[in-house]
Amino acid sequence: MSAREIFSFRNSYFTASVGVAVTLFILTALGGFIVLPYAQREVKFAGLWDAICSSAGVPRRADSIAAPASAHPTSSVVLTSTTLARPSQQSIGRGATLAQRCAIRHGPTGISQADSPNLAGQYASVIFKELLDFRSGARTNAVMTPFAVDLSDQDIADLAVYYAYLPRLPAYHPEPQLPPTRIVIYGAPLRGIAPCGSCHGSLDNKPGSPWLEGQSQAYMKAQLQSFASGQRRNDISQQMRNVARVMTPQEIDEAAAYYASQPPEIVKATD
Amino acid sequence: VLVNRKLIIAHFWLAFAAFGLALVLGAWQMFIRSPLHTWITNPEWYYRSLTAHGTVMGYVFPTLVAMGFGYAITESALERRLVGARWAWAGFWLIAVGAVMAMLPVALGRASVLYTFYPPLIGSPFYYLGVVLVVVGSWIWVALMSVNLRDWKRDHPGAPVPLAMFANVAGSYLWAWTAVGAAFELLLQIIPVALGLKNTIDAGLARVFFSWTLHAIVYFWLIPTYIAYYAIVPRAIGGKVYSDTIARISFILFLVISMPIGIHHTFPDPQVGAGFKFIHSAFTALVALPTLLTVFTICASVEIAGRLRGGRGVFGWIVALPWDNPIMLAVAFSFIMLGFGGAGGLINMSYQLDTSVHNTQWITGHFHLIFGGAIVIMYFAIAYDLWPHLTGRALPDLRLVRTQLWLWFIGMIVTTFPWHYVGILGMPRRMSYFDFTDPALSQEASSVTLSAIGGFILLISGLLFLLILGRSQVAPRVEAGPYRFSVAVHPLTTVPAALNGYALWVALMIGLTVTNYGFPIAALVARQDTSVPAVYVGAQ
Repeated sequence: MSAREIFSFRNSYFTASVGVAVTLFILTALGGFIVLPYAQREVKFAGLWDAICSSAGVPRRADSIAAPASAHPTSSVVLTSTTLARPSQQSIGRGATLAQRCAIRHGPTGISQADSPNLAGQYASVIFKELLDFRSGARTNAVMTPFAVDLSDQDIADLAVYYAYLPRLPAYHPEPQLPPTRIVIYGAPLRGIAPCGSCHGSLDNKPGSPWLEGQSQAYMKAQLQSFASGQRRNDISQQMRNVARVMTPQEIDEAAAYYASQPPEIVKATD
Repeated sequence: VLVNRKLIIAHFWLAFAAFGLALVLGAWQMFIRSPLHTWITNPEWYYRSLTAHGTVMGYVFPTLVAMGFGYAITESALERRLVGARWAWAGFWLIAVGAVMAMLPVALGRASVLYTFYPPLIGSPFYYLGVVLVVVGSWIWVALMSVNLRDWKRDHPGAPVPLAMFANVAGSYLWAWTAVGAAFELLLQIIPVALGLKNTIDAGLARVFFSWTLHAIVYFWLIPTYIAYYAIVPRAIGGKVYSDTIARISFILFLVISMPIGIHHTFPDPQVGAGFKFIHSAFTALVALPTLLTVFTICASVEIAGRLRGGRGVFGWIVALPWDNPIMLAVAFSFIMLGFGGAGGLINMSYQLDTSVHNTQWITGHFHLIFGGAIVIMYFAIAYDLWPHLTGRALPDLRLVRTQLWLWFIGMIVTTFPWHYVGILGMPRRMSYFDFTDPALSQEASSVTLSAIGGFILLISGLLFLLILGRSQVAPRVEAGPYRFSVAVHPLTTVPAALNGYALWVALMIGLTVTNYGFPIAALVARQDTSVPAVYVGAQ
């Protein structure tokens, strides 16, 4: 039998199979696009076409009520794979010059003696994001904000690549290395807390998350507390606020003490 | 008579070696996330293992079994030498190279994206290219099956295509078309991002493409099992196929309707309209039809065997069946697991019922019961049945074979039943550890422990399987005779052209794909605002 004879209405298999398939499609389409939309009493449609479009998955504009204006600016930093890629020597050099004004708090070698973050060897994406957030007001700090408001985009990129270029050095106040606690290694699955290391470096590093080893204990504790209270809010999609809010004060102490006691050399060389 | 024995046995050995490795990983995963082990300190290891387990068990193992079995069917059912053996070897090596190429980045932690890819997660391009090689290798097989059947038909005009070959080619066409969805996803979406040519991806569209592959791939895995039901079981137990025509219709139905139903995998996804979800849900219900036809026909065929062996009365034929025959045992176990798995599947395909089990361990339990249980136990049966014909050596110890099948059946039930249960309690899948000390989870601890024990039973059974096959390679030589398939009670002398070819059914399969997938895909492709930034695995 040739193809023409198979695809012919005289072939009962063709007639039956195509007939059944078409009938089924029409019936299920009627059910899916007309009967079921109208069966949902709580949903109102402008008309039949509206119901069909809705169930076909055509996106509809939401009611034109403006979203309530936020009292606080949110982080608007965009980091693409090319933003900080392959920094030039000039960029690092300019960063070094600009960084002189940071030395009073963050140390001339990027190691702070004042409970501020150690920046030497920090990921470029982290410094880039925080400076932009200070500049935009997404993150505020009485000391940092005045410094940041005058920086250009280029200044910020240069500072980021300069600090990333510096070698990681031991912290100023070395402590005996503490064993990791449960919250650090495992998080708390039932409270939605991922292990710290799943973003902050020991397991995996997510762009924008700093490594924490050897940072000031007081600083880390204060940041966790301000995330928990909502005072600091430049974390994207509330990632840190959601974690810090459900941590107990004891867990905050333990996590800060653990990371402060770790030597920065152990930071995983993922970058 | 099988001419290209080396080709066939190479496929089976590579398949089973990969299966053995992936089985070890699976058992390890069950163990470390059960209460028997403390929490794993680096979940990354778990996801590496999970990616390797899924990729090997989903893409490499069943594909190689279908291919090897397909070549065996071509030579034995058509009673002629395989055309294109060199191409077949090329396909084999593509799969071997592709599998290694995909597994290296996974082992290095550069592609822990799971076998379902999950964009916007993006791993090493070598992982995806390896998977593409596996698929390309299998497409060579599809082409060879088509060419061999065409040659045979040219020399036998109007003769009915032997059932095993008819089903085998139907399976190959099903695979050719269903793999297109994942191929689109990989080639058009993921690989450009993995190579760094783009850094955003439409994850919703990728999921729709993957659903195109994801459901029908299960039926591609299933086809060798169904061929074994029809073409091996009745012959092996001394019966006859109740109806050759019902068998053909079943395979045709699989070809046509296992494809346009995949969106039931994306029920909670917002990027697909509810209307299309309903259509896919309704069509999914239809795919029970060929399975019910098969269960009926095979039970009838087995009853014929029981009655020929002197069984009387309503149940007497069941007692009279050759229960010491491994094939009889395998098909009984397979049917039991297919029954439970199929019943669970009815829940998954229902839009509302699915919401209570979606993405829970219920799903993991479901597809392990169907694939790992009902399907794979028949892969064992196929291997046992074919082995003497491939090696020219006997399978020495049938008791060990029966033990292996019993262990696989028991292991799979012990693994998957508790999984289904904890899924109903809400335990999510794809988690590397659970806090079983928490009062909310502590009631699940004993079930999870039980399923981990089931995993160990499966591991023992799988290793036993490899041992049996390996030992038979050095067993005494036997003359196994030509490899034959079951004959029907009423062998077909003529068959309507529609049931002897695929043109109409492939056209319907493509047509239904267009009606059921066309709009959702076109709508997502047309929109420009649906992409999200890629998340590169293992990269800063």
